[in-house]
Amino acid sequence: MMPEDTGSHSDYIPPVSRVIVPFMWMRSSRAASLAVCVQTIGALPAVTWGASRPSSSSSSPVSAVRHRLMDFLDKYFYDIEAAISWSVRLKQWNLRRKNAHYAYTERRYGPYVAAAYFALSKRGGVRFQGHTDWLRTDSKGQISWDFLQLKEVPVECVDLSESSLTFRGLDNIVSLKELRELYLRRCPHLDDWALSRLYVFQDSLEVLSLAGCPRITERGLAALHHLKNLRHLDVSDLPSVQSKGLVRILLEEALPGCHIVGLDYYEGLEDDDSRVVPTADLRH
Amino acid sequence: MLVIRSCSWVKLWGNSHPVRWSLPQVWAPRSPHRGLRTSPCTSKHYSFFKELDREFVKFQKKLKESLPSNDWSLLSPTASLPPERADVVIVGGGVIGWSVAYWLKKLENRRDGLRVVVIEKDPTYAHASTVLSAGGIRQQFSRPENIQMSLFSAQFLRNINEHLGLVNEEAIDLQFNPSGYLFLASEDGASVLEENYKAQREQGAQVALLAAEQLKKKFPWICTDGVALASYGLENEGWFDPWTLLNAFKRKAQSLGVYQSHSQVIGFKQSLREMTTEDGESVNFRRIRHVVVQVPSSPETHSVECALVINTAGAWSGRVAEMANIGTGDPGSLEGTKLPIEPRKRYVYTFHCPDGPGLDCPLLIDSSGAYFRREGLGGNYIGGLSPTEEEEPDPGNLDVDYDFFQQKVWPLLARRVPAFESLKVRSAWAGYYDYNTYDHNGVIGNHPLVHNMFFASGFSGHGLQHAPAVGRAIAELIVHNEFKTLDLRAFSFKRFYTEEPVLERNIV
Ligand SMILES: Cc1cc2nc3c(=O)[nH]c(=O)nc-3n(C[C@H](O)[C@H](O)[C@H](O)COP(=O)(O)OP(=O)(O)OC[C@H]3O[C@@H](n4cnc5c(N)ncnc54)[C@H](O)[C@@H]3O)c2cc1C
Repeated sequence: MMPEDTGSHSDYIPPVSRVIVPFMWMRSSRAASLAVCVQTIGALPAVTWGASRPSSSSSSPVSAVRHRLMDFLDKYFYDIEAAISWSVRLKQWNLRRKNAHYAYTERRYGPYVAAAYFALSKRGGVRFQGHTDWLRTDSKGQISWDFLQLKEVPVECVDLSESSLTFRGLDNIVSLKELRELYLRRCPHLDDWALSRLYVFQDSLEVLSLAGCPRITERGLAALHHLKNLRHLDVSDLPSVQSKGLVRILLEEALPGCHIVGLDYYEGLEDDDSRVVPTADLRH
Repeated sequence: MLVIRSCSWVKLWGNSHPVRWSLPQVWAPRSPHRGLRTSPCTSKHYSFFKELDREFVKFQKKLKESLPSNDWSLLSPTASLPPERADVVIVGGGVIGWSVAYWLKKLENRRDGLRVVVIEKDPTYAHASTVLSAGGIRQQFSRPENIQMSLFSAQFLRNINEHLGLVNEEAIDLQFNPSGYLFLASEDGASVLEENYKAQREQGAQVALLAAEQLKKKFPWICTDGVALASYGLENEGWFDPWTLLNAFKRKAQSLGVYQSHSQVIGFKQSLREMTTEDGESVNFRRIRHVVVQVPSSPETHSVECALVINTAGAWSGRVAEMANIGTGDPGSLEGTKLPIEPRKRYVYTFHCPDGPGLDCPLLIDSSGAYFRREGLGGNYIGGLSPTEEEEPDPGNLDVDYDFFQQKVWPLLARRVPAFESLKVRSAWAGYYDYNTYDHNGVIGNHPLVHNMFFASGFSGHGLQHAPAVGRAIAELIVHNEFKTLDLRAFSFKRFYTEEPVLERNIV
């Protein structure tokens, strides 16, 4: 109600109203307060909390105004601040929940079934040893429970592409000693910390795809040097990686015998020198 | 009800601010019931607001000029002057100071229940250890407490945006390099390394032991002569950008209502109570009542009335403790026990070596104590060595001794990594370790006689990585009166008097 109207019925918004408006609201009745709350809830999806924003996103002018408005409201009112912090916390809680460790399943059915269940519930897929078909959910997201019979059969391939996998979620697959192929394409929450955890597959992993993960940088890719058995690595379309050409050369050096896809040789080669600012120069 | 929140105007009206002024008449809303939404914007209003606007700008200008420092802005009420009264005064705004401030606000049981102010003498942090450190984090310590603190911190840093992220701001990017630490041990050191490894595994750290051949296989660029055993951190170890962490703590704490003041603490006003022990000895209990500060551009001093003082002055915390009469009594008595923390100068050299180790380069700590790590990807490295007690350079300034690299550091590095024989030094800097001369470990907790002074300093080269854990521990002591998350009682000040050193073998 109010936040919009201040802007809509006049083109000239005096800056000083930034100061006066809160006073009026402070004096306003309970109904007004409620209305503002309702307004807030409506506007909530506009609130981004840093981490969930892909680094490359450029916000449209409309959402920029919305951000500013929310920022402003957040600064002045406890109610709105609380509502926003609740929505942020809800998102965090949700992400944690989605990455919870299926410890009970693991105890009851063993690591293979637990990992398969985790992957399937994230709408991913798995392939058991000796099978040629991938096990996936059907188009309605239903799981066929036959895989519970495969308790003793190792899982060889896991596909968790486009899932909300994080460092914590990896708890569910790190015990797959026979894992040979891992697909983690376009995982919005996968970061360098998570990559550093892939060393557990160093004896078995042959194929890895990280294509399109927005948060992965060259610092995390460095941790792939552990994976000595890797034959195929897909690192295409990683917007946060700097000096792509150099990273590719170094990856090839660290992983001889691995076919690397993505990271063009000539991309970013020219800027690698300016990027490696010695820490000392950052200070005075 | 809508409650108005940290609005600058409200704060300015509060009597805590030293500058008193009255609001110009024109600012008071003329009719509180005039809703902005219902009033059509007539030309009368238009000119009224224009007028108001001009007045506003004029007034702001005048106000700015009348203040002692001109970095003060009307809309951010953080002047360099401290408030007159605070519950907790934190002396030193390095990473530890701001971490304590953040955790106090986080754990306070009522909103704005604690009024916290951080006093930092140098907003540029030209000498602060935090921004001059190498930024490393590791779990490879020998004391269980240190390992636990690192594990806690790693978890905190991993989820830093959950803890320190601000709504509608860019995500915090710590620039963490998950490349691990690699400790090398000679024949003599091997058994100690193995013991440490066991302690680390026991606490849940992911560390692997490598024999010489395994080491050679994994890192072919290392010359393994004289190396019997190595331990290699697999998870949660590496390095990050200290500035980012400091700023993240600071901004979050400020958003939670922590005040900051750019001034120097020059003394304390205390009250004294004499008591006699059973043996007839008299003991002086002190209580800090006021913290005396000096603002840079003015000869005047101000005092801040306070309930608690937290000494997070890093390398200078020994000096701050002295201001509170700690260590001024008879030698050998509790009153005469000093806080044994002093600045020790350490050099960090940046060098270039095109054929040096690549992506797999960890932070390597040689059996000789020399260390290096990769800095970016362009063949740059940083490294250094702690001098022996006899070689300690004069801590009076932060000048770099390049001969030290040529004569002491380089030979050790080149022996371990033959490619480094052709390295070229690019630059160097020096910083102060907040060095605890007694047992090279932090001091956490309050003073037994000056009850309301808490210490969080003396971390001797591993304070940055422990900052999240230490901040939380101090806040727990204050809010809950005991440690909740990690038991850090071993680090209390009493150990200097009762002579129970907390020994840590892995000091770099
Ligand atoms: C070369 C080097 C490498 C290091 N490498 C690592 C590493 O790899 N990993 C790691 O974890 N740690 C490392 N450290 C250690 C780490 O930097 C410190 O332990 C940590 O930064 C201490 O933080 P602090 O906040 O206590 O101190 P500081 O950052 O020094 O902050 C203290 C602040 O107090 C202020 N102050 C002092 N006296 C007063 C006063 N009277 N009034 C007001 N303000 C005052 C100072 O201006 C200063 O800003 C390294 C240190 C050095 C020097």
